[in-house]
Amino acid sequence: MAEHQLPERQSPLEPEYHPGSHGNFEHGVDVILSETRPGSILQLAAWPGEEKRLIEAIRKVTGLGLPDGAGGGVSNGVRAAFGFAPGKFTVVDEAEGLAAAFAGAITPAIGTLTDLSHGRTPIRIAGPKAEWVMAKFFAIDFALPAFPLGAGRSTNHHDIFAQIQRSGADQFDIYVFRSFARSFWKALCHASEEVGYEVH
Amino acid sequence: MLITCPYCGPRDVIEFTYQGDGNRKRPQPASQDLDAWNAYVYDRLNPAGDHNEIWQHSGGCRAHLRVVRNTLTHEILSTAFARGGHKTESRS
Repeated sequence: MAEHQLPERQSPLEPEYHPGSHGNFEHGVDVILSETRPGSILQLAAWPGEEKRLIEAIRKVTGLGLPDGAGGGVSNGVRAAFGFAPGKFTVVDEAEGLAAAFAGAITPAIGTLTDLSHGRTPIRIAGPKAEWVMAKFFAIDFALPAFPLGAGRSTNHHDIFAQIQRSGADQFDIYVFRSFARSFWKALCHASEEVGYEVH
Repeated sequence: MLITCPYCGPRDVIEFTYQGDGNRKRPQPASQDLDAWNAYVYDRLNPAGDHNEIWQHSGGCRAHLRVVRNTLTHEILSTAFARGGHKTESRS
């Protein structure tokens, strides 16, 4: 049998994705923008009262232990998970095929699994001015005590819905709809010009 | 105006959608009681003060909320999930 070949996924940002330094970078680059391109992005939702079993299923399949509490999350650089709504979680893996790994773990009695790998575009913003640029976009508190490492937030920027995970002390991963990703990316580039940005 | 979502914490009102009066009692779908249906569709308390309302955090976690808002001052007196079941610790 021929080996199954997955087609290479095309980035929606491509026409506007220009690696290099941009904006006001003469005095240094204060944010780095990139597209993380994970293989799997899943949305898991628990029926009311089944949240603990869903969190346990996430731990079994990914090895990620989600902390208690609203918006709790964890990221290990390869896999990431965070709560974005009551009983709902986003789970991300660099590798493809995470939906298949979950297929037996999320039974119909626990909840549902939606594969959004092709439906969301994750954009990463990192650097000393990442909080500053994010604060221009979203009306939420990005300070570390209010938005701890690994935690997730649901919010929006001019009706572009965004799920944000803090994946580092000065690093955020923003999950936006694929169809809005290029527009959002352009806006993010414009917002980063004043601090000097680099696209990786 | 800030509304404290029980899941997301305090957020700007722009993230929320008003879903209507929270005092209405929907008759059973098979009910033939026209007065009850009329009251459900048209009758509103319209108080000048505290008012039970249903809101949705449509620009955030998308949860439906029970909100008590003062119609004179816009003060939000309380927020809670419209549906029980999801026991989530608030961040606020």
